[in-house]
Amino acid sequence: MEELVNLFHGFAVALQPFNVMVMLVGIVLGVIIGVLPGLGGANGVAILLPLTFSMPPTSAIIMLSCIYWGALFGGAITSILFNIPGEPWSVATTFDGYPMAQKGKAGEALTAAFTSSFVGALFAVAMITLVAPLVASFALQFGPAEKFAVYFLAFCSFVGLSKEPPFKTIAAMMVGFALAAVGLDSITGQLRLTFGFTELLNGFDFLIAVIGLFGIGEILLTMEEGLAFRGGTAKINLRVVLQTWKELPAYWVTSLRSCVIGCWMGITPAGATPASFMSYGIAKRVAKNGSNFGKGEIEGVVAPETAAHAAGTSALLPMLSLGVPGSPTAAVLLGGLLIWGLQPGPMLFVEQKEFVWGLIASMYLGNIVGLLVVLTCVPIFAAILRVPFSIIAPLILVLCAIGAYSVHSSTFDVMLMLVFGVIGYLLKKCNYPLAPLVLAIVLGDKAEEAFRQSLLGSQGSLGIFFSNTLVSTIMILGLIALFWSVIQQGYTRLRGASA
Amino acid sequence: MTTGSSSNAGPAHKLVEAAIALLIALFGVIVIVGSLKAGINWGAEGPRAGFFPFYIGIFIVVSSAINLWNGLREDNDGLFAEWGQLRQVMSVIIPTAIYVGAMPFTGLYLASIIFIGWFMRWLGKYPWITVVAVALGMPVVTYFIFERWFLVPLPKGPVEEWLGL
Repeated sequence: MEELVNLFHGFAVALQPFNVMVMLVGIVLGVIIGVLPGLGGANGVAILLPLTFSMPPTSAIIMLSCIYWGALFGGAITSILFNIPGEPWSVATTFDGYPMAQKGKAGEALTAAFTSSFVGALFAVAMITLVAPLVASFALQFGPAEKFAVYFLAFCSFVGLSKEPPFKTIAAMMVGFALAAVGLDSITGQLRLTFGFTELLNGFDFLIAVIGLFGIGEILLTMEEGLAFRGGTAKINLRVVLQTWKELPAYWVTSLRSCVIGCWMGITPAGATPASFMSYGIAKRVAKNGSNFGKGEIEGVVAPETAAHAAGTSALLPMLSLGVPGSPTAAVLLGGLLIWGLQPGPMLFVEQKEFVWGLIASMYLGNIVGLLVVLTCVPIFAAILRVPFSIIAPLILVLCAIGAYSVHSSTFDVMLMLVFGVIGYLLKKCNYPLAPLVLAIVLGDKAEEAFRQSLLGSQGSLGIFFSNTLVSTIMILGLIALFWSVIQQGYTRLRGASA
Repeated sequence: MTTGSSSNAGPAHKLVEAAIALLIALFGVIVIVGSLKAGINWGAEGPRAGFFPFYIGIFIVVSSAINLWNGLREDNDGLFAEWGQLRQVMSVIIPTAIYVGAMPFTGLYLASIIFIGWFMRWLGKYPWITVVAVALGMPVVTYFIFERWFLVPLPKGPVEEWLGL
């Protein structure tokens, strides 16, 4: 009951005129970011983060999270109309969305995509409303060993669930941890890994890494592919929308299943992209007309979009309640919390009620606003994509530079951004995942602190991570996640042998 | 923006992959050396500063060795990218590097105007009028949004000083 009262207070906060305006601006910016190549949720939020330094934290988080929702919506537009996924999580949407557009059913596909996104997000927000306070109050009892176990679980899920080779995931992740370690050691106050460079005293800021790896790296990839945009026009009117809405309830099973997959994948930091693929794959296998998938089946749009948006939204649950972000964008938002002077994690629910519930309420409202904005403004957003890349690219590069500079007002950071960009391009080409690298930079210091404090308590014995039921359970879950692909292989082999 | 050359030549994917694995391993070695310098054993207040990164460094080296081995064993005769594609990529990296390097001296605005202008004129082949409009418009909009409305200072050079901004 207390949650409901809190939520109502949250709505009162989110409905303040300034916050509603900020919400609208955030959604529109977010959709633009989602549509443009080279700007995604994570680096879009990272670039615009400095703009929020002068705002009250609640308005700031509302704006940034709305950019995130907008980007989630925006990815679908380019996938369906141009067969170019604006975001990795909308790749699966192209499979059936683009064929639908080619058949002249772009309006239906877009309506289905936006509505499914909305449903997925709403499901995830409802889940956050109910579950996050419980998780947070539970996590209040965590000691350093439990905290480290949660980080361990988060990073192991990356290795087990990502589609990249496991050792590449590990390598990328460890590079992230190493970058996080550079500079002042928070426990002993000693300098390390700086090799005498004063620029490295404060270590590597993950915002710079995000802007470089995702923003610049993406532009370089786009340049290499030599993009030329060709695609259908967006015609969407009320009649099409209403007609599609009449059709959609028939797919409620797919929708519900995708919501659950999305929430699960979003909470474990596997993220929206695998969630959308998994949901599409399962829908294809289960659906009656599964063989038609890929030829323009509306169910093939519903499944990945619902899951992607549910995952993207529920990624905020562990960020708010445990301080462990479920996706790179959630990681950037977490960085924002730290900059505004808030400590993410269970204490947030106790100390910053207005902030937390304002944010949660804004998720409900933001997604409603988002749905209305994208349904009414699709042609405008689609027109952005017709602006040639040779105009868009330098503008995005300049924006990235501004974003990188304004984090610490340092031109060294701008150079660092370019270096990260080239690294991001090379790593991406060689199939190294970037999300674990970024998350490791964000969480590295905290994970290390938890690890060292646990060892201090146990005089250096690793046994502390298996010293009680709670911590052992989390650690064992982590190990299962780590060896998930091996377990799966073994299972299929066993089944194959018995069949 | 298609590549001009029709030749399908370029660096082999295997080669680049191996080079990247080696570079990551080298990074791991640097991390290990740095950790050893900071001290990896236990001090008065518990594990010393190099303790955690030391093991991270070892993980980096070991996983890179496995990646190198897997990459070399793999049957992949594909190209990393064609030379023409790499030229496209370099045509972004080099001007951006100059842009970024010039920023501490010229400030952000002047550098951005020249950078956007160069990009549009040489890579996009736009008429001068469009080039000038976009190249001047973007920094002006940036100035108002960042410095005036959101009070985020951006790097300025001699020109801005002369204009009294």
